[in-house]
Amino acid sequence: MAAVDQAHLFTFLCRMGDNTLVLGHRVSEWCGHAPVLEEDIALANTALDLIGQTQMWLGLAAKVEGKDRTADDLAMLRDVWDFRNVLLVEQPNGDFGQTIMRQFLFDAWHLAMLTALTKSTNADVAAIAAKSVKEVQYHVERAGDTVIGLGDGTTESHQRMQKALDLLWPYVGEMFVPDPVDDAMAAAGIAPDLTDLRGDYDALVASVLAQATLKTPEGSFAHKGGKSGFQHSEHLGHLLTQMQWLQRAYPGASW
Amino acid sequence: MYAQMVKSEATQEDPEMLAAFQARIDAGEKIEPKDWMPAGYRKTLIRQIGQHAHSEIVGQLPEGNWITRAPTLERKAILLAKVQDEAGHGLYLYCAAETLGVTRDEMTEMLLDGRMKYSSIFNYPTLTWADMGAVGWLVDGAAIMNQVPLQRTSFGPYSRAMIRVCKEESFHQRQGYAVMMKMAQGTPAQKAMAQNALNRLWFPSLMMFGPSDADSTHSVQSMAWKIKMNTNDELRQKFVDQTVPQAEYLGLTVPDETLNWNAEKGGYDFAEPDWDEFFEVITGNGPCNTERLAARNKAWDDGKWVRDGLLAHAQKRKMRKVAAE
Repeated sequence: MAAVDQAHLFTFLCRMGDNTLVLGHRVSEWCGHAPVLEEDIALANTALDLIGQTQMWLGLAAKVEGKDRTADDLAMLRDVWDFRNVLLVEQPNGDFGQTIMRQFLFDAWHLAMLTALTKSTNADVAAIAAKSVKEVQYHVERAGDTVIGLGDGTTESHQRMQKALDLLWPYVGEMFVPDPVDDAMAAAGIAPDLTDLRGDYDALVASVLAQATLKTPEGSFAHKGGKSGFQHSEHLGHLLTQMQWLQRAYPGASW
Repeated sequence: MYAQMVKSEATQEDPEMLAAFQARIDAGEKIEPKDWMPAGYRKTLIRQIGQHAHSEIVGQLPEGNWITRAPTLERKAILLAKVQDEAGHGLYLYCAAETLGVTRDEMTEMLLDGRMKYSSIFNYPTLTWADMGAVGWLVDGAAIMNQVPLQRTSFGPYSRAMIRVCKEESFHQRQGYAVMMKMAQGTPAQKAMAQNALNRLWFPSLMMFGPSDADSTHSVQSMAWKIKMNTNDELRQKFVDQTVPQAEYLGLTVPDETLNWNAEKGGYDFAEPDWDEFFEVITGNGPCNTERLAARNKAWDDGKWVRDGLLAHAQKRKMRKVAAE
């Protein structure tokens, strides 16, 4: 087992934490505006789980970095180019269909990833994954059921879900493309080989989309640049202006 | 106190049945949905529980306004949990009201077209992070004043909903106070923010109890039915007596120059809120009435395709199941 470069481990942990942070933030934007009361509760619950997971991932990232930063410092005081989340999670909420499709496409990956991470050689990573995976099993079940319900609902709901799928599908590929950080994690047994996750992912997504009577878009084009941090979408900066505003406006204050 | 100025319905039924009903209430029995009850009792409760439920739902908006700007991950998580609780309270309360023969959708429509009200307090804006503290401390604090006694209300489902709600509300109030404490002990800017929040929200919080009801015949009937457990003035006094020392502990100044401890009555003398402002707010002229109702209407209208889609799917599944059998 290769000793792992701590800078790579830090990047990997930021990727996990930034995914949950950015998606948790997006989902929390729905608060009070959902189509039905049960969805208000479910969306808040999902966001709450994701923010809780963020505290663990970024907390561990800060510890690994060893520069006296906290999870809050990482969340609130980095700028766009230092974020390592995939592009999918920073995409705007759109209508409810777009939100739930984004959730499902991410959850299905998240579940496969966390399941593999429960067997990580890094005990801290395995512990966070073990705690998170229980929550994410519920997320994927709920998002999948909702995709099926709306895909196989009315003509309008079907059309909206197909449109959401077509819009978001090009953001799926980035979650599975390994780079040197992923290779280092896999070599050290900390994280799985990302390409190994694709089979289960495709099977789950195909099953849900079939029940939802939705058509998987053709083509394998994938937008990239989020997890590497090279080129996020324009949306992320606006999200950060809200999320980080208090910490930026009143530096050094304790809340 | 999320129900304000709930009109009690006059009841004209068989005097013997009314007397027997009143005797059950006086004996401390719970009235359950299938029991006989006066039409006025039913209507008043629908109005009151509905108004309470709507307040929980609209109340998500002023706090939801800060979830995306919460200053730390922990504060964001706590605020999310709190707002989620409120949606849950709305759900219990709608369920309690449904046992009286009105559906949640009917009540929602009445909220959206203005036939039913929600608490005046949610028509005030939340402008700074300190407002998240002040809302928890003052608004939830005022709500608890009313809801704790309502755990003993005569209508079983309402009483049971209140028991669950109260457990969570006391956590909400404590977290609000904890936010205020942090601000009051923080930087000069944070302390100013905390004072500013108290200045804006003090009188609107006192308004939550509704105008003096000493002369109200509606209150008399509701109190006899144990739908209302205390007068508005009793609860307001209790709230002020509890809150003023808390403000002093925080080092904040209650924005009332007339505030004075009255040893004789064992409570504070304090200024009444501006009741003209209160009536303006409940008739639609509060600072945020338009936005709040527009937001709820938009959520309902935009969500129609979702509700219709899920319902259509459920029907399809049912039919497929029948066909398979």
